[in-house]
Amino acid sequence: MCLGIPGRIVAITDETRMTALAEVSGVRREVNIACVLDRPIAALVGEWALIHVGFAMALIDADEAARTLDALRDLGEAQEALEAMAEGQKALEGGA
Amino acid sequence: MKYATEFRDPKAARALLARIAQVADAIGATREKPVHIMEICGGHTHAIFRFGLDKLVHEGVEFIHGPGCPVCVLPMSRVDECVEIAERPEVIFTTFGDAMRVPGTRKSLMQAKAEGADIRMVYSPLDALELARRNPGREVVFFGLGFETTTPSTALSIQQAARENLPNFSVFCNHITVPEPIRALLDDPHMVLDGFIGPGHVSMVIGTHPYDFIAQDYGKPIVVAGFEPLDLLQSVLMVLDQIHQRRAEVENQYARVVPEHGNPVSLAAIADVYERRPSFEWRGLGEIDASGLRIRAKYAAFDAEEKFGVGYAAGPRHVPEPEGCACGAVMTGRIRPTACPQFGQGCTPDMPLGALMVSSEGACAAYWQYGGARGREAAE
Amino acid sequence: MNAPRRLRDTRVTLSHGGGGRAMRDLIDSVFATAFQPQTAEDQARLSHPALSDPGARLALTTDSFVVTPLEFPGGDIGKLAICGTVNDLAVGGARPLWLSAAFIIEEGTEIDLLRRIVATMAQEAARAGVQIVTGDTKVVGRGAADGLFVTTTGVGVIPPGRNLAADLIRPGDVAIVNGVLGDHGATILAARGDLALSTDLVSDCQSLGHLMEAVIAAAPGTRAARDATRGGLASALNEMAAAAALGIEIDEDALPLRDEVRGMCEILGLDPLYLANEGTLVAFVPEAQAPAALAAMRARPEGRGAVAIGRAVAAHPGQVRMRTVFGGSRIVDMLVGEQLPRIC
Repeated sequence: MCLGIPGRIVAITDETRMTALAEVSGVRREVNIACVLDRPIAALVGEWALIHVGFAMALIDADEAARTLDALRDLGEAQEALEAMAEGQKALEGGA
Repeated sequence: MKYATEFRDPKAARALLARIAQVADAIGATREKPVHIMEICGGHTHAIFRFGLDKLVHEGVEFIHGPGCPVCVLPMSRVDECVEIAERPEVIFTTFGDAMRVPGTRKSLMQAKAEGADIRMVYSPLDALELARRNPGREVVFFGLGFETTTPSTALSIQQAARENLPNFSVFCNHITVPEPIRALLDDPHMVLDGFIGPGHVSMVIGTHPYDFIAQDYGKPIVVAGFEPLDLLQSVLMVLDQIHQRRAEVENQYARVVPEHGNPVSLAAIADVYERRPSFEWRGLGEIDASGLRIRAKYAAFDAEEKFGVGYAAGPRHVPEPEGCACGAVMTGRIRPTACPQFGQGCTPDMPLGALMVSSEGACAAYWQYGGARGREAAE
Repeated sequence: MNAPRRLRDTRVTLSHGGGGRAMRDLIDSVFATAFQPQTAEDQARLSHPALSDPGARLALTTDSFVVTPLEFPGGDIGKLAICGTVNDLAVGGARPLWLSAAFIIEEGTEIDLLRRIVATMAQEAARAGVQIVTGDTKVVGRGAADGLFVTTTGVGVIPPGRNLAADLIRPGDVAIVNGVLGDHGATILAARGDLALSTDLVSDCQSLGHLMEAVIAAAPGTRAARDATRGGLASALNEMAAAAALGIEIDEDALPLRDEVRGMCEILGLDPLYLANEGTLVAFVPEAQAPAALAAMRARPEGRGAVAIGRAVAAHPGQVRMRTVFGGSRIVDMLVGEQLPRIC
């Protein structure tokens, strides 16, 4: 349900109808931005939004995205360290 | 692709899978006695199969594919009504591509189009509005289907039509809501679920609080998740951690998109345009109280049910599900798709019998498409 | 073109299909000037030295072309018809030589549009080294066709001793594509306009005859090739797996896709493996000859983006499987019906 994809707002196309041009990997489409209009309309240009059926439904929070990625990275490093320890242990046991 | 590619990193995936395995072992989850986690949203079902996550996670974790595919749960009678509207000579019937192949009792929209009905696939209700502007002599009807993610788009379109005074635009409203069928599933005595992956895009509209009852009243964990593979794996881990620590909370893995209280503009538009129906029929699940929306009287001019006298406006019609169809049992997690006697026999994606074979997001269709011609592998 | 220009109409009318002077004018002014047939007889009379090689075989293929819009970024229906027919011959190891072209024209079609299409056909035929030797036109009433339908039949010669067929593929053979996937399908989706999407994509529409010759010269053991047209790479691979009674494994990471095609697929919920291509083929070559085949492709403009995407395996006969980006695996099945844009 509910295919949504991050797109960048690149231009405002109609202030009264609240539409803007959004770009996803070089594909452009006019979208409605009423739902994400939490600031002067021109300030939305450059923001990333989650696009669904031609509507920008939510602005993407770059800080939250970074936090999630950091957590994933930490987990990855911790896991690598664990695996390295386990390998080391195995090598020791094998050598003994 | 920003905000997508980063969440597909194989190294992080391996770490998550290893952690999932550790926690699953700690809980004592095994292939024979698995933890059942329902991903509510069909988009998650699709992603699980597309990235092969079902085969990568620890064998003690079993995904149960929930009712969150609006096309799958659309009753046949509503498809019949779409056809009825679309076959009127003055009508241009617009729909998302998803609905084109869903079988009605007589025919699908695809078949009606072949017989001459003016049916057009659009990407957005905005495109239907534009068609109405350009064709003042025709009635342009948009088939509004989908959960809370999609509901704001049709609400805003109806508001826009009202502002522009576009008398030839209307919406055939079949919007449905997520929390009510989840409650119905949790009340089912056969229910075997241990936790939920919550629908990320529905939640960006409604926030996370509508799921509080799942944790508080039913004691089940739920984690609202994004749609990339790492999002899903991290959410599975978060659900397992809750089970392991005997917690039941609503957690939000998808904070980059989902605000705790949802989107105020969307919620206001929904409240302005729509109200709850007393009850709505779900394919495979039956009538569920307060699970569907209808257009409020003040926007009746844009309500295709009122305009054409179909649907609940004409009195509800129930079309019984086909014989031998086990969609309900699959959806509640009692059986796997491949255990249904019709799977691959009377029911295939070319000739779907049951709801779950209809859309590529349906559990059975996903088993079929990604699990091979008979879905055997996925069932093993 | 300084041909006789008796044609004063700007649009095709039913009288252009009537068999009389008006039809003669249309054919002379639009088709004959571009294709320059060798004879005024009702049939082409053909000879070629390659035909007299003992063991040489004729290859014959036919295809009808319908596309909306008739002109799109990177080509038009005429170029599509030439490339499609040439490629159907080429992937079988045949040297394309002659083509016929039949046109079903809807009343009201602009004659300038026809001229442009016929000109690109002549141009593409010259590039591919084939001659359009005979043809036909019919005019039908408004609504009985969508602008223009083109049917082309192609004849080529397979040199003695050459035999490309999917049932010759062996486990371990490497699957190679000559370039990016899905450009044509995504371009047409955008060009149709009803989804209101705009991109800078152009169709990959191109003839592959010279490329195939280069591949076979560099990798004489080449087993089989298919052009991945309708139904995309997935359908071509599934057909080959079935014919070979072998499994095929491809690597998601290795699939060459443009960002715009990915973007389009993400927006519309489509799978690029099923998007149509009109200048992309997949060839199976023995592992030892794969580097030579790749190098031969990359030396040509049509093959600059050539990569190995997977291999044939003895396991799971008849089935195509894909290793996903982080090690999952899924089956890539044939498509049911056509891919529709979806929201969920």
